[in-house]
Amino acid sequence: MKKPELLVTPTSVEDIAPLIDAGATAVIIGEEKYALRLAGDFSRKEVEEATKIAHEKGAKVYVAMNALFHNDTLPLLPDYIQFLDRTGVDAIVFGDPAVLMNVREHAPQMKLHWNTETTATNWYTANYWGRKGAARAVLARELNMDSIIEIKEEAEVEIEVQVHGMTCMFQSKRMLVGNYMAFQGKDLEVQGRSKDRSLILHDPERDAKYPIWEDENGTHIMSPKDMCIIDELDEMLDAGIDSFKIDGILKDFNYIKKMTALYRQAIDLYTEEPEAYNSKKDELLDEVKSVQPANRDLDTGFFFKESVY
Amino acid sequence: MKQQTVKRPSEGRRVITKKPELLAPAGNLEKLKIAVHYGADAVFIGGRDFGLRSNADNFSIEEMAEGVKFANKYGAHIYVTTNIFAHNENMDGLAEYLEDLEKVGVTGIIVADPLIIETCKRVAPKLEVHLSTQQSLSNWQAVKFWKEEGLDRVVLAREVGLAEMLEMKANVDIEIETFIHGAMCISYSGRCVLSNHMTARDSNRGGCCQSCRWDYFLYEEDGASEQKTGEKALFNVDDAPFAMSPKDLNLIEAIPKLVDAGIDSLKVEGRMKSIHYVATVVSVYRKVIDAYCENPDNFKIDNEWLKELAKCANRPTAPAFFENTPGHEEQMFRNHSQKTTFDFAGLVLDYDEETEIVTLQQRNHFRPGDQIEFFGPEITNFTQKVEKIWDEDGEELDAARHPLQIVKFKVDKQVKPYNMMRKEQLT
Repeated sequence: MKKPELLVTPTSVEDIAPLIDAGATAVIIGEEKYALRLAGDFSRKEVEEATKIAHEKGAKVYVAMNALFHNDTLPLLPDYIQFLDRTGVDAIVFGDPAVLMNVREHAPQMKLHWNTETTATNWYTANYWGRKGAARAVLARELNMDSIIEIKEEAEVEIEVQVHGMTCMFQSKRMLVGNYMAFQGKDLEVQGRSKDRSLILHDPERDAKYPIWEDENGTHIMSPKDMCIIDELDEMLDAGIDSFKIDGILKDFNYIKKMTALYRQAIDLYTEEPEAYNSKKDELLDEVKSVQPANRDLDTGFFFKESVY
Repeated sequence: MKQQTVKRPSEGRRVITKKPELLAPAGNLEKLKIAVHYGADAVFIGGRDFGLRSNADNFSIEEMAEGVKFANKYGAHIYVTTNIFAHNENMDGLAEYLEDLEKVGVTGIIVADPLIIETCKRVAPKLEVHLSTQQSLSNWQAVKFWKEEGLDRVVLAREVGLAEMLEMKANVDIEIETFIHGAMCISYSGRCVLSNHMTARDSNRGGCCQSCRWDYFLYEEDGASEQKTGEKALFNVDDAPFAMSPKDLNLIEAIPKLVDAGIDSLKVEGRMKSIHYVATVVSVYRKVIDAYCENPDNFKIDNEWLKELAKCANRPTAPAFFENTPGHEEQMFRNHSQKTTFDFAGLVLDYDEETEIVTLQQRNHFRPGDQIEFFGPEITNFTQKVEKIWDEDGEELDAARHPLQIVKFKVDKQVKPYNMMRKEQLT
């Protein structure tokens, strides 16, 4: 059985070798100016180093350029794309068609992954972006397992699915934390480093806590729980999903490494001997639970949930 | 494309001949008729499926046909919102639906998902295709991409300001539509799934429950990153809770700049709003656009227009991203709405010039002695006191208290069908 790629999110260059040693076969990195919600911010020099390390170890490097761009950033795109091309990264992740247009013009050989997060919801549109030049579609986290598998059956592009970690619920261009502080008359510096400050919104009605921070791309609000389906991977493995992603945003290196190793084990077990996976999967889930931060419950995301509208 | 102007030699003044379209929301057939009658050049409506307001009345195909017939009399256009991000199961019935829209004679559809764009081009090629704000279109190269994909018009992200619009216009020859009035998402549209997480309702398929209008409490977690335990409140007991509620957009004062920029369509939000809201907002913007285009060099915002707009507002308003990124002044804390100051009290059905008696459909309680105001596209607003009220059978009433009851009373000045009557709320 084909093994899917195991895609993880290093927080820094130093993380890359150990994450690959733990079982990752691809990493996603990038610079905050061009990318949304990364586990770490990578300068050009760091992108070069990361690519060298990953390639020496036989892993792929994807660079995120999935921000929503305004006119003022457009002039920077060609140079950055040419830099990524020279560096030899394996793909650029985009959401905004401006990136697609620039890659066509400045690095036509570069592979593209389409990732708008919330709007990748059907197979037709995944294939549409495939016809426009994308080699892969990253599916919305709000889909259930049946939809994901149907998309894979109909897809003419690779399909990437997040299997672990938190997900984004909301992005605003407004600086909502800073605005709240200003409204209260509190002169609190939040932008730029609010991600390190572990700010949370408490929703008493649902007794939920949502991580929130501001950066160059605005305000981000994240899911109250971490999705984890380490014990429910079989259907997607059978379906031949091309890439499983562990999103380690707002987590430290040790946690990300541990998850990488556990999912590596799960994938290997099932693809080599499904029965072994079935008897071991509860144990794998327990291992995830044993290192899960106390303030972050696990759930199964939208994989087994029906949304109404 | 810049604005087209001509000189009126007789008067020696400049007149703008290419007016932008005034595009209004129409949640049902009655609202459509009112919007068009009050001066909208076009309306956007939702059908039973594929749109983003699953709670709105929405139109059956038969109602759309009637809407088209009505709009045609005024030369107005109808666009149908089909701007969900579809899931696999939503593909069923899409082609048939788009064929029906084409047959019924609407002008175009407003779309976010390429599935619907391409299906429309295949099965209903006569329909114009407009890119929805759900795509959060924020730069001119992305505008160019959609132009090359064959779209007729793009609706910009709410985060785009005037300077950016000018660059888009300068770089790409495509119709541009932008919001000028109404409630706004505070997130990038299409990039918010708060409803999905909080209430299992899919915001990108019409289930948005407006979680962004709720109160939250901001804390900072302490402790080691592995096991965070302590939390510090970033507010005091008497502080307002954390809120994301934006004030409603209001660009009335920016209309001259938008016309000068050559923006093709100016959009008012609000398919869920009342006919009173639609009538008031549309008639005010109609006057502003017409006054500016008629005499741009001597244009001034009339204070009456601002007062009129305020009569239907249920939130404070602000210019949002038009010039700058909005700060806390453009959000609402504690109160996420304010009470409206006027009630819609009645819709004129008929007026007898001889007897000066109006026939009116009641829309809110009123009684003899109440001070009321009439407004409409053909009349100048006027106020008067209500005297005796009769029902349809000529029985005198102590109050008009039944919704939609037909009542009659004396009105000093001439009014026309579709004119409206409003009443100031007692404070």
